[in-house]
Amino acid sequence: MADLSIDIRALVKRHGATLAVDHITLDVRRGEFFSILGPSGAGKTSLLRMLAGFETPDSGEILIDGRSMAGVPPNRRPVNLVFQSYALFPHLSVAGNVAFGLEMKRVPQAEIGARVAAALELVQLGGKRDRMPGQLSGGEQQRVALARALVNRPAVVLLDEPLAALDQQLRRQMQAELKSIQAQVGVTFVCVTHHQEEALALSDRLAVMHQGRVAQIGRPQDLYESPATHFVAQFIGLSNELRGTVAEPQAGQATLVCADPALPNRIRVALPAGFRAGGAGVLILRPERVQLAPHAGGAAPDNALPGTVETLRYIGSEWHCVVRIAGGIAWTVHLPNRMTGAPPWTVGDRVSVQWNMADGVVLPLS
Amino acid sequence: MMSESPAHNTDGEARAAAYWLLAPGLCWTALFCVLPMAVILLVSFATRGTYGGIVWDFSLENYGDLLHLLYGRIFGQSLLLAALTTILCLVMGFPLAYYIARLPPRRQAVWLVLVMVPFWTNFLVRTYAWIFILRTEGLLNTVLVKLGLISAPIEILYTNAAVVLGLVYGYLPFMVLPLYAAIERVDRSLIEAAWDLYADRWPVFWRVLVPLTKPGIVAGCLLVFIPSLGAFVTPDLLGGARSMMVGNLIQHEYLIARDWPLGSALSIVVLTLVTGAMSWYFRAHSAADRARRAS
Repeated sequence: MADLSIDIRALVKRHGATLAVDHITLDVRRGEFFSILGPSGAGKTSLLRMLAGFETPDSGEILIDGRSMAGVPPNRRPVNLVFQSYALFPHLSVAGNVAFGLEMKRVPQAEIGARVAAALELVQLGGKRDRMPGQLSGGEQQRVALARALVNRPAVVLLDEPLAALDQQLRRQMQAELKSIQAQVGVTFVCVTHHQEEALALSDRLAVMHQGRVAQIGRPQDLYESPATHFVAQFIGLSNELRGTVAEPQAGQATLVCADPALPNRIRVALPAGFRAGGAGVLILRPERVQLAPHAGGAAPDNALPGTVETLRYIGSEWHCVVRIAGGIAWTVHLPNRMTGAPPWTVGDRVSVQWNMADGVVLPLS
Repeated sequence: MMSESPAHNTDGEARAAAYWLLAPGLCWTALFCVLPMAVILLVSFATRGTYGGIVWDFSLENYGDLLHLLYGRIFGQSLLLAALTTILCLVMGFPLAYYIARLPPRRQAVWLVLVMVPFWTNFLVRTYAWIFILRTEGLLNTVLVKLGLISAPIEILYTNAAVVLGLVYGYLPFMVLPLYAAIERVDRSLIEAAWDLYADRWPVFWRVLVPLTKPGIVAGCLLVFIPSLGAFVTPDLLGGARSMMVGNLIQHEYLIARDWPLGSALSIVVLTLVTGAMSWYFRAHSAADRARRAS
């Protein structure tokens, strides 16, 4: 427990009649890159603003470095926020912006100079210290905002949608940079984002929020491989679904009886712990875990469904294939590009959609 | 001229067209701004006739007369009262403008209308209302005596204090409106950023809010200072004989002493002072700005 950077206990925040944050309990370890991921309106911004001190919780508690933040204003908290719009002071130079926090803390001038220079070096802006924010590109402004937070050596750096304002290419580059800077300085980062790919790429652990609650907390691979709820499965990555009722639980296995009468009604699934027989469930399969074989052929897998190739999309590293299985069900299948760009199938091919039982996850239907 | 290329010709034509388009504005400015000023400038170099007329013989006598100590005293007093008025308006106007700018939009509109409501009544009438409030048997003194806070009525009317009060009252909206416009434009996250970066209230105000609203502060101060300097109704009605300001002096020379040349010379001096100070400020300001951007 001594290693916790942030400890949030039963936090509640109401905005009028709606519960923006509904009894959230979570902790962030020291030196961790932690993301709070959720669709807009999930309450993640409220949570971040309560961590920064701009909003006051209605109940519950926030501890930062073991110290309760109740009644502590933003300027007395050991956290710094990187704003979504960067909020750089337009009347101060790059160096002036970065020095602001140290000047407010009355750090000696000589030390301010050295620390500002080091922080700008860290974000590779050493040569632009005298520029005004308006003369910088979006990516450079983002770096200044980051340096302005890091220079204070806070216990936690809070990031509000840090890469949302950047274009796709810059975004990729800044992702890598953000991660490497965080590893270099070893400061705890808490990042709020609605961009799931970004959260997976950056985070050591992340919390998925949904309607003011935490749906699941875990490492990126935990969330992707073993989502705890139907919402998490849908929100993180692409998923193929099959709905039905769980029957014949036995020795860790069960049968999913499909709701759709057009489908073979016996799908073998691994039974998740605590799932009761007869309950409504949904099978989740990731696009890269599904294979396509010639109709009525191939090795005998655990499960197979007949289908027709509907579309084929070439994205370079993979072929993205949509296969219609039955009237209302179309699955996406990602096939590795192994044949120098030759399409593995043609549209209209009858195929057998196959997968191993262990690759699917059955979740209660929400 | 004959060797001008066709490209030059179309360029010249474009310029001519531009002047034609500017013509209405230029005419208006010439007729209502430049012409009256030119007349005043001319008159200021003329001399007063025996019965108050204008005698058109060139002389610098009027400007020489202004070097008299009495005029210096009145100029000094006017500058002082106008400066005091500007400072008071700024100190009172900033919190009000900030308050309004941070209200939800619909309530902002209500407050802005309230700020402007006094303009719906004649300024002279409103100044008479202040006489009614301030005089020895007036509203203020009656209430204070009734409450037992003072034993005898205090003399406020016909003092410099009353003049400043009247000027602040009259020109406060001219301070509040540009300040409101400037504060309303400041991105709220900048204030939050300063707060997040350990700044207390005063540093947030001095280091972030003031620099960001500086254009509004300057505009408000100019809009209050310039008319305060030239005011004549307020000092005339509330200030009495001893609080004479430049405005009263000019009015006196024109209407009572019937010395138009001297009044014109006074007007030109005031105009030169204000314009000079303004252009000095803006030049220094934009030079500093350019230096900052270029570095």
